[in-house]
Amino acid sequence: MTTTAMKSPAGTNKALQSIWAWIRKIPPVYVLFLVVYIALAYLNPNLFATSNGIMTFLRRSSPLAVLAIGEMFVLALGGFDLSIGSLVTLVVLASSLLLNNDPAKAYPTIGIMLGLGLLIGLTNGLVVSYLKVPSFIVTLGMMLLVRGGALYWVGGAPRGYLTDNWRAFGRNYIEHVPVLGRVPYALIILLVITAITYFLFHRTNYGRQILAIGDNVRASRLSGSRIELVRVVTFVICSLCAIIGGVMIGGYGGVNVTIGQGLEMQTIAACVVGGVMLLGGKGSVPNAIFGAFTMQALVELLNLLGLPKPYKDAVQGIIIIAAVAYSAYSTRRKR
Amino acid sequence: MTTTTVSDNRFSRGLRGFRIPPVFVFLIIVFLVGGVLDQLFSDGQIFTNPAIMLNIIVRSVALGIVAVGQTLVILGASIDLSVAYTISITAVMSSYIMQGDPTKVPLALLGVFGIGAAIGLVNGLVITKLHVNSFIATLGTSLIIAGIINATFSNYTGSVPREFEYFGYGTIGPVPVSIIVLAVMFIGGWLLLSRTKFGSHLYGVGGNAEVSRLSGLRTDRVLIGAHVLCSLTAVLAGVFLVSQMRSGAPWVGPNGVYDLNSIAVTVIGGTALSGGKGGVWGTLAGVLIFGVLDTVFNQLGVNPYLKIVLQGAIVVLAVASYTFRSKEEPA
Repeated sequence: MTTTAMKSPAGTNKALQSIWAWIRKIPPVYVLFLVVYIALAYLNPNLFATSNGIMTFLRRSSPLAVLAIGEMFVLALGGFDLSIGSLVTLVVLASSLLLNNDPAKAYPTIGIMLGLGLLIGLTNGLVVSYLKVPSFIVTLGMMLLVRGGALYWVGGAPRGYLTDNWRAFGRNYIEHVPVLGRVPYALIILLVITAITYFLFHRTNYGRQILAIGDNVRASRLSGSRIELVRVVTFVICSLCAIIGGVMIGGYGGVNVTIGQGLEMQTIAACVVGGVMLLGGKGSVPNAIFGAFTMQALVELLNLLGLPKPYKDAVQGIIIIAAVAYSAYSTRRKR
Repeated sequence: MTTTTVSDNRFSRGLRGFRIPPVFVFLIIVFLVGGVLDQLFSDGQIFTNPAIMLNIIVRSVALGIVAVGQTLVILGASIDLSVAYTISITAVMSSYIMQGDPTKVPLALLGVFGIGAAIGLVNGLVITKLHVNSFIATLGTSLIIAGIINATFSNYTGSVPREFEYFGYGTIGPVPVSIIVLAVMFIGGWLLLSRTKFGSHLYGVGGNAEVSRLSGLRTDRVLIGAHVLCSLTAVLAGVFLVSQMRSGAPWVGPNGVYDLNSIAVTVIGGTALSGGKGGVWGTLAGVLIFGVLDTVFNQLGVNPYLKIVLQGAIVVLAVASYTFRSKEEPA
């Protein structure tokens, strides 16, 4: 008895220490997200602190999160995918053409888009693997090819509308859900994709090989990884995520020729804020998602402060640098 | 026999570091195919009219100047995405300061080169001291510059004096001034890389920063230097563009996609994105490939959207033309 009594202060101390160690292990992106979101909720509790507001925020940030998951796979492998923005443009422009204002064609159209995504991802992966062209260039070329191709296909200007059932994925909610009120379709899609990709990235051999290849290609090659297969699958996953993200973005954004422009950079920035290392070797699905949430929250914070667009760009630039500098600092301190 | 070997040695020593990069083969193929298509489907000016040849180079001047800087940065295993908006801020600021007054030209040039040096310095410091990945750091500064100029200027601002247009349109004998500037930039870049301490240090830092640091190099300074030089080349390109346009506008840089294009031509030229390998001559080939394509598409009257598609495909093919046999792992 006495011994336990003697030990107990040391025990609590140790427990505190382990809690502190656990807190220190939390990736900086969560801290950052909380800070930004609390600021949002403080400035406008109606829009951001109610369950309705939170759901709307999740609807708006889910597309970027889906894009970020896909991009994270490629970044962790040590590559880049710059083509995702133009894939979003392709989805919106080509769908408006294929739908031809007929709601019955919504699901076949999405199927065709996913097929195109598969094809584009396959091409990216195969060209990188077998022609040995750096992915930065392959996907830069693919970005031009897809954007030019989409514009050529529709003749330069968007034609027709996106039907309401096509747009539902990005725009609508499931109403009357107990406790939560209403749940956006976009969030459900995000959760499904998160579950699949989390399993693939964190629980399978395939995911471990991505990180190994991103860390050291030669070592992985020598230890018998099927690098080409892993790479092709990874680019396909990224392109499919971009297509799904495109359907969600088109859902609330509507038809617009410039809808996907610059999205690739935003997505890469979101991933890096989420602690993904460019040139490979480090990445995580939840962190990438919260990187995207943080970026979206940041944009909304700047909107809420009523800054005009140019200043928003500038402030966003400063914050991206600061966020990455902070996470670089905190990872160095831990070593 | 012996004398020839000696003179051969001297000759090869004189051209030390001058190796014809394999991508020139692709440039020649593009030129020949383009020329033949032009003969078959258009007026065949590419092969017959020397003015068109000159025009190909003049069209490439702005991209070529930035690409020299981008090559330096990429050799150091870094990247600069802020060049497009550096070009914009240069174009806008120089015509804003000049306001058509020839006496204000020196002040304007001093101003814009100062701004460029500051941008490069910030890029370099953020990358080396704050350990922010160069992709994100320069994306960030690019957003910041974009914000500042879009908030201040909406469209054409001020103008440049007539005398200043000499840079964009003047000629010395039959040769345009702009081509001479381009040639000077490439030769300067080559000399810097192959003959100076800075050049060898840059290759070292790009090849393996840790080893360079342990062998006593001040790697941070080398990288900051490369970034400052890169931003200065962007300023020069901006000055060239504004002298052609007569007035600066904030969309000059992003409209020309100088950020991604300068990276593309550098990589097409055989400079590795992972750093430490490559040089400016390959970049020149990349720039000329872009110039030839532009002219061929114009001659043939290709649909503007199809043009984008073909450009995308050719960028990939150009790099593939020499990488497909390589034993190195792509990234």
